[in-house]
This record gives sequence, C-alpha cells and structure tokens, in this order.
Amino acid sequence: MNKSLVCIECPKGCVLSVDIESSKAKDVKGAKCPKGVIYAQAEVENPTRVLTSTLLAEGLELRLVPVRTDKPIPKKDLFKAMEEIRKIRIRKPLKAGDTVFRNFLGLGINLIATREVGKRR
Amino acid sequence: MIKRDLVIVGGGPAGLAAAISAYENGIKDILLLERDQYLGGLLNQCIHTGFGIEYFKEVLTGPEYADRFIRKIKNITSIEISLRSFVVRLEKDKTLTYLKPGGLFTVRPRALIMATGCREKTREMVHIPGTRPAGIFSAGLAQKLINIEGLLPGKEVVIIGSGDIGLIMARRFTLEGAEVKGIIEIQPTTRGLLRNVVQCVEDFGIPIYFNHKVLRIHGSDRVEKVSVAKVDEKMNEIAGTEFDIECDTVLVSVGLIPENELIEMAGVIIDKRTNSPVSTEVNKTSVPGIFVCGNSYKVYDYVDSVTVDSQLAGKMAAEYIKGLD
Repeated sequence: MNKSLVCIECPKGCVLSVDIESSKAKDVKGAKCPKGVIYAQAEVENPTRVLTSTLLAEGLELRLVPVRTDKPIPKKDLFKAMEEIRKIRIRKPLKAGDTVFRNFLGLGINLIATREVGKRR
Repeated sequence: MIKRDLVIVGGGPAGLAAAISAYENGIKDILLLERDQYLGGLLNQCIHTGFGIEYFKEVLTGPEYADRFIRKIKNITSIEISLRSFVVRLEKDKTLTYLKPGGLFTVRPRALIMATGCREKTREMVHIPGTRPAGIFSAGLAQKLINIEGLLPGKEVVIIGSGDIGLIMARRFTLEGAEVKGIIEIQPTTRGLLRNVVQCVEDFGIPIYFNHKVLRIHGSDRVEKVSVAKVDEKMNEIAGTEFDIECDTVLVSVGLIPENELIEMAGVIIDKRTNSPVSTEVNKTSVPGIFVCGNSYKVYDYVDSVTVDSQLAGKMAAEYIKGLD
C-alpha cells in the first residue's frame, strides 16, 4: 500500500510517499532530510506529537505557565494528557526549561516549563 | 528632555534582536520601551512549537525563543529596559513622548528603531456581513485569552480564514474541550503551512471548507450561527450551496498588517496598501535615522527571519549614529 503524508518536522512541509507493508513503512520518498524518513516511519507505526499547553499557577506573577512535553507522545494520548494537565497546579517560581512534571502519564517523558515565572509582585 | 543615542520601541523579538545588535556594534546608550509588563511580545502567547528551526537549529516554543533573547538582554546593563511604557507621540526630530506609571516622559534619541510589530485584520476589513453579537474574536486575541489569561472564549467555534494562527487556534480550542465546527477559507488552498493543516486540523478531524465564504453572522446577544456558501473562481457565491453552522463563537483569522501610526506622525512615508514604510532598503524609512524592523517593517512568515533582519537594523542604526560624530 502507498500512502501520501506531509512531513510536520519543519515549515518546508515535504510531501512524502510511503510504501507500507504489514503496518511498517518500507520505503519513504520525497523527504529533503532524514527527519522526514523518521517522521514517516513513526506516522505509520505509532503517530506521535509534542504537546504544548498551559498549567494553572497559584501565587505566581502569571496565571498560567506554558509547558511542553520534552519528547513527542502518542497521538492517541493527547486528550488524556490534557485531562491530567488540568489537574496540575504550579506554586513555585520556574525558569524556562525547568522540569515541572516527571514521567508524565507514565510515558517516560517530562513536562517542561517554556517561560520564566516569578513570584507574584 | 532626556537625550539618548538610541531608542528602540518594542520589546518583542524584533526590538530585542535590534537592541542587542546595536550594543554589539558599539552603541552603549540604549533605551528600550515596551508597553507590556513583560518582554517577549507576541511570542509569549505562541506556546506551540515551530520557532527557532533556522536560527537556533532547534525546535522551540514561542516563549522559549523569546527567553533566549530576554536572558541575553538582561545581562547587558547598559541597555535600559523600560516596561509599561506606551509611546503616544513621535515628532519629526525623533522626540518621543511616552506614558509610564508615574507620568508622561519625553526622550530624544539620535537614532530610533521602531519594532512595534503588527496587528490582526478585523472583521470590518474583510467585510463579513451580519449582526454584531458577542463571541466574535480575532484569532490572536483568542490565543491571548486562552494561553495568557486562562479564559476559553467559547464552546462551538467557526474559524474564518485558514492562516496559521487560525489553524493553531483550531487545535488549541479542540484540546481545551471546545468543538471547532469548521474552518471557512475562500481560497482553494490554505494560507497557512501544510504542517499546520496536518497537525492542527486533520489530526482532530476538523472540517475545512475551501472555496467557501461566510455570508452572514447571526445572533443578537451572542453568536448563534453563520451562513456559509460555496464560491466560484470570482469569489461569488454559488446559488443553492448555502448552509448554516450553529456556533457560539467566530474567530477571524484573515491576516496581519504592520502597525506604523507613530512613524506616520513623524512624517515617514507609508504605503497605504500594505501599511509598511516606503523604503529603498530593508529596515530603512524616508526619514534618515528612523529605522523600522520586524513585523512593523513587513509581516514575516518566521520569527527567525525577524531576528536576522532586526539584527541588521541594530547594525544600521549603530553605523548611522557613528556617522553623526
């Protein structure tokens, strides 16, 4: 089976042609860089996405702390992840890059803050 | 009257890059004015990834991209950063008047870099007929409400236009539990990046209607529905193709325009069609010593390019100031 995909790794958006055999990507054409091949393989076998969202802050200068997963998570877990994200509260000041939640959803990935947030002034 | 070598208006990606570059090119007396209480500008609300691929060779979110420059500028003590400082007037001799808690101040720089960014086109600018109920937002405003204020503007959303901000907000609303009932694009293809069609629209099964337009927004107090129809090649509606989509919220994502009212006050010639300064060279204006960079010069596709061109603006301003001595 042949499938056409648009690579989402960068703004170029390469159109990939993927030969699929027994749920595996056998051959990927059209990728201008190696990331496209890896993307196509993941997209066929287990599609993943980096999730970005916000966590509620309490007693800090911002209402929300923007976060992202430090690695892509399975696409099927996005809504489950959002449910968990709604439960988390941040009470301590953070710097961009700080880990705010370890082993998120038991997936072996972490949530990291993407913005510095200080104490309420 | 305070005098300065260089004043930069705007503390977003353009202003930050220009200020750091001017300093690195030998200018030490720099004042940066930012109207918000934080540096970073638009990037703070762009919590999604996709920034920095060209410039840092890394995939960053908007706040992370801004953070790199904010950390750097805070370490340069000779750049004075004045937050909550809103410029209200600019004169021909570059005298700026700005409001800041505590009063009204004036400053006259030898050179000026305007990095005031852009703003969103409104419903009125694209002539969408109908009533004027609550629930109509520009896509970037909805982005600020959700990502900065923690407010969800609505539960059933129709997005007009398929620019990148609209596509990104389709995903954001969906993840936050709202239903995006359709994206209406009058052109035959998206105006945004294909990757955003994939990861923001197709991933969530959101209907996208190309060659369609919104005929009318309905609702008295709150948006109730929109009427949509297919259009022909001349963008005219095709009779018999009308249908309604019930919704409580309409997002308008129909493009951006540079924000340049201040330099116009100072006599800089503006192209009224694009709202960009008329210019012979990137960052230059018709008034020597007034430079414009970033999205107020022209609307860029990538912040990485804003950084590079704004660094050039900083260098150009530094050379201009040195040329005066």
